[in-house]
Amino acid sequence: MCFYSKREYLIVIFDHISVVAAACSRVGQRVLHLDRRSYYAANWASFTFNGLLSWIQQQQVSETQDWCDLLEEGEELIQLSSQSSIRNLQVFTYTSKEDEVEEASADSVNTTEEEQHGPGETRCAVGSERLSQEVSRTHHSLQHMEIPAEGFCSLNISPIFQSQATITEGAEPEAEQPQSPAIPSQSEPSRKKISFAQLEKEGRRFNIDLVSKLMYSRGSLVELLIKSNVSRYAEFKKVSRILTYRNGEVEQVPCTRADVFASRQLSVVEKRKLMRFLTSCIEEKDDQSAYNGRPYLEFLRDQKLGENLQHFLLYSIAMVTEDTPTEVGLASTRNFLRCLGRYGNTPFLFPLYGLGEIPQCFCRMCAVFGGIYCLRHSLRCLLLDTATNRCKAVIDSRGQRISCSHVLLEENYVHERKNVATPPRFLSRAVLITDSSLHGSDSEQEVSMVTIPPITEGAPAVKMVELSSSTMTCMSGTYLVHLNCSSVSSAYQDLSPLITTMFSTPESHDQGRPSVLWCLYFNMEDGSAMEVEGHDLPSNVYVCSGPDGELGHEHAITQAELIFHKILPEEDFCPPAPNPEDILYDGGSAPSSGPEEEPSLQLEV
Amino acid sequence: MHGRVKVKSTAQQEEEKRKEREKKLKIYIAARDGCFTKRKEGVFDDEALQLTQQLLSSNPDFATLWNYRREILMHLETVKEVDEVQKIYEAELLFLESCLKVNPKSYGSWHHRSWVSARLPRPDWARELSLCDRCLSLDDRNFHCWDYRRMVVKMFNVPVDQELKFTDRLIGSNFSNYSSWHYRSTLLPLLHTTASELPPMQAESPKSNRVCEEQLLKEYELVQNAFFTDPNDQSAWFYYRWLLGRAELEEMISCLHVSREEEQVAVVFSRPVNVQSGCLLLVLDGQPHAVEWKSIHPRFKHSPVWICNLPPGTISEISNEHNLTVHWTEKHSRKDCTLFTGHAESWCQDSATDQELFRSELSVEKNSVLQSELQSVQQLQELEPLNKWCLLTLILLMRALDPLSYEKEMLAHFQTLKEVDSMRSAYYSDLCSKFMIENTILKMEYAEVRVFSVSDKNLSTLCHLDQLVLVTHINLSCNQLLCLPPQFAMLRCLEVLEADNNSIGNLEGLYHLPKLEAVILKDNKIATLADLEPLTSCPRLKRLDLRGNPVTQLANVESELAKLLPSVLDLLL
Repeated sequence: MCFYSKREYLIVIFDHISVVAAACSRVGQRVLHLDRRSYYAANWASFTFNGLLSWIQQQQVSETQDWCDLLEEGEELIQLSSQSSIRNLQVFTYTSKEDEVEEASADSVNTTEEEQHGPGETRCAVGSERLSQEVSRTHHSLQHMEIPAEGFCSLNISPIFQSQATITEGAEPEAEQPQSPAIPSQSEPSRKKISFAQLEKEGRRFNIDLVSKLMYSRGSLVELLIKSNVSRYAEFKKVSRILTYRNGEVEQVPCTRADVFASRQLSVVEKRKLMRFLTSCIEEKDDQSAYNGRPYLEFLRDQKLGENLQHFLLYSIAMVTEDTPTEVGLASTRNFLRCLGRYGNTPFLFPLYGLGEIPQCFCRMCAVFGGIYCLRHSLRCLLLDTATNRCKAVIDSRGQRISCSHVLLEENYVHERKNVATPPRFLSRAVLITDSSLHGSDSEQEVSMVTIPPITEGAPAVKMVELSSSTMTCMSGTYLVHLNCSSVSSAYQDLSPLITTMFSTPESHDQGRPSVLWCLYFNMEDGSAMEVEGHDLPSNVYVCSGPDGELGHEHAITQAELIFHKILPEEDFCPPAPNPEDILYDGGSAPSSGPEEEPSLQLEV
Repeated sequence: MHGRVKVKSTAQQEEEKRKEREKKLKIYIAARDGCFTKRKEGVFDDEALQLTQQLLSSNPDFATLWNYRREILMHLETVKEVDEVQKIYEAELLFLESCLKVNPKSYGSWHHRSWVSARLPRPDWARELSLCDRCLSLDDRNFHCWDYRRMVVKMFNVPVDQELKFTDRLIGSNFSNYSSWHYRSTLLPLLHTTASELPPMQAESPKSNRVCEEQLLKEYELVQNAFFTDPNDQSAWFYYRWLLGRAELEEMISCLHVSREEEQVAVVFSRPVNVQSGCLLLVLDGQPHAVEWKSIHPRFKHSPVWICNLPPGTISEISNEHNLTVHWTEKHSRKDCTLFTGHAESWCQDSATDQELFRSELSVEKNSVLQSELQSVQQLQELEPLNKWCLLTLILLMRALDPLSYEKEMLAHFQTLKEVDSMRSAYYSDLCSKFMIENTILKMEYAEVRVFSVSDKNLSTLCHLDQLVLVTHINLSCNQLLCLPPQFAMLRCLEVLEADNNSIGNLEGLYHLPKLEAVILKDNKIATLADLEPLTSCPRLKRLDLRGNPVTQLANVESELAKLLPSVLDLLL
């Protein structure tokens, strides 16, 4: 019997719903957070290179059993499935694998726990010991995956295929094995070809996100991080430029005054027109409403802006497509402009160590206020009070009954109950490790947002993010490139034509383009189609969707706030966490050693 | 409310803070008093250095303490080895950095830093330069840092082109920062002289202050990018005007006038000067004459027009011819003129047209450059028809190119300017008046007449009166003039003044005008007899029209005027 099963929980939360967990914990609710995976944040997670290779291997975890013997009188049972939301996974390795000897010797080198964690983890506050233990275990559980040398290998994991649980108690000793060594990356000449063995050796330098998003600097996520003081757990990097792919070339999009001033591709008259358009579109005007319902492109054309500017405004600033209605295009342009200049020359921020840091920050906040975390702990079914149609308890994968008053579930758990009339939408994703930037500049540490309009009729518009090693998401000398679009067909079919034209791969030997060293394609279910309600579930069971395809985090944060207010209608959503020195402990004043003030957001310049 | 974290109340926090402050204050005062005592006793030891450091690190604006610190350091210089001194000063620089973090605009800290840098036995200027870069990246308008940086650049002998690149970078990141543009304007002339192939003599002339054409064209492109991107930003416009501007006029004598009847000589200079110190030499028929030079109005110590009276009888005989030369010894400038037999007066004047006097505001050497600049600004004006900077620059460019043919467009642009920038409408009126007067002067010169007529042109002010020394008839009627300023006394030859339909209430400038005979002031604002007082200094005044002025409503005005101005025969009331 586990220690946590004897207590009654106000809220039991499963998987990645960390913002709600933090918010509930913050206002004094007892929160138990279970995750069937060995890592946090489900599809929001980020992985080291080796971690990602393991993730690719073990996609399916599910088992079904009968738990009726745990029922009490007047109770009923809802079985929970756990279908994976990842499909069409394909991996390509375009770099040679070095001899086994070196790798073997590398494996024997041990590393300290602190190094394993990276700076993010060392700042765990009171109450989070459990969390940091869990985090360290996550790192240890990463396994090596055998990838054939030379050429490429393709892993097709059928989503229907139900494998037996691969993570068992027995797997733990293996997981405790030491990781690849933490050798500080030397500043090698960037042109030197990086081998697969090097990628594996430096795998710890990578933090590869499953989602591809950026933080709008006035978006609801940033505001929430500031408001709740959760921002103290993370650091951020400014996205330094916005690029676009046009006429076969990558160009920089001028979006601030300074950019427009310095731009060499615009004439002075275009500069004036662009600036005037951007300033005028901040205000809503009557002549704009005349275009409501008509395409934004038509509106732009009527402003006599010229081809150059139309492209920039439509695809890179509004980030919409040709048929988007004017009011949507304008709202999107306004949002872009509103976010501009708060922290840097683009409207975006990116968290150091990857987007996976963000849910972990909220987990930390939850833990600081007493939330309990259990990883690799699956949920099997819900126990219903037949009289009230409320969930009274849950049964976990170890057959324990946990009483609770509210339950939050990841959408995959209730997949079968979903309305079949609306088939799930998917996102096509690709992750590339490349050896150079798409658009050279004075700095090798640019963080770029790249907008790519549909390359052919009917093809999706792709959003690409190119991260340099300064974001602590890839080893030095490499760039981590995320591609994301709404699926038309499989991720490979959607994205590989673009990748072969923009990058150099064995299929396209074009000099001067960045070479792809390693590449992963997969489809992920689009969480934006998901509704919080309407799953025919008990009233105190809530469902939270997975990541959506938008660039920002509006969908997730709005949903989290909505769920929070359903659970606790009277409470404030993530009020500011007090400074450590202001907390009163039983029997004495706070230790006065804490930092006096923390900036609202720590920015790496 | 179980499980909630208990947080201190604001009252508790306040109380804690207050106690903390009190404690700090006590320590501070004790340290300060300690420093003052030590200084009084002339102690220059390490402890004093420690104490002042503690105080200054919390309050870097305490000038007395910086002074004391310098005294200590200067004392230590005399007793320590060079290597030790170097170490002490290096530590001082480190300490100053922490002070600048507390207050990046502390006068005391920056001053002390330049003092230390100058005294450092082995200065590391590269480090100082990078410190400035860091400070300016945090606040690109910190003038303390700009000043310090200039000092470092001078000491370090940083090449001009490198500094120019530095301004490129700063302007690139924020083109609204006038500090960077201004710095550029000080660098460009230096760049030119180093690459100059001009002989040294010519290089000293004011025109060498210009920038070579190739660089100039690059600058135009840069600044155009700025004002097209944001035409409301004044930095770029000011820099643009500097680029288009010309070196200042040479100082010289531009006109010499001699009148036989008054036996008076008037000298006009290209700019206001003060010549009383005997630097102006008058030679009449080969003989130097000691004369007393007076400015045209007692209000002016500096004036562009100076007059002197010759001893009575020197040139009064009409049958004599006289050669007159005026030397301005200070500037090696002279003017000659000959008063021929039978002539009442004579003069020698440089023409305003030849000197391009009124183009001096904006005038690069080449007309073609100006023409293309005009086209760009016109293009911008089409896009931004109501932008005041654009309109004003357009006017200036038109004036530089051809003041007369663009007159109509100029007036239209001024009208728009007054509407879009109504706060400065009076400024635009004055500027427009100035340009209209310039145009009238040019027209008068082309016509070779001595009649100056600007009626009904909305003049709000009078200027360039030094160009009107030879004018005999002036017509200023139907304008918005409020006064005839003291400068009006420069019109040495004026006989007839028409100034009806204005708002003139002040005649200060009608002062000792020797030839003034008729003054038409119908429909103005002259209210008292005292306002007419200056007219008593004009000996030849015969005709005065005061109809429609408040002064005519006074009792006994006619008899009072007869008393005040006995020479006036034709008085209209």
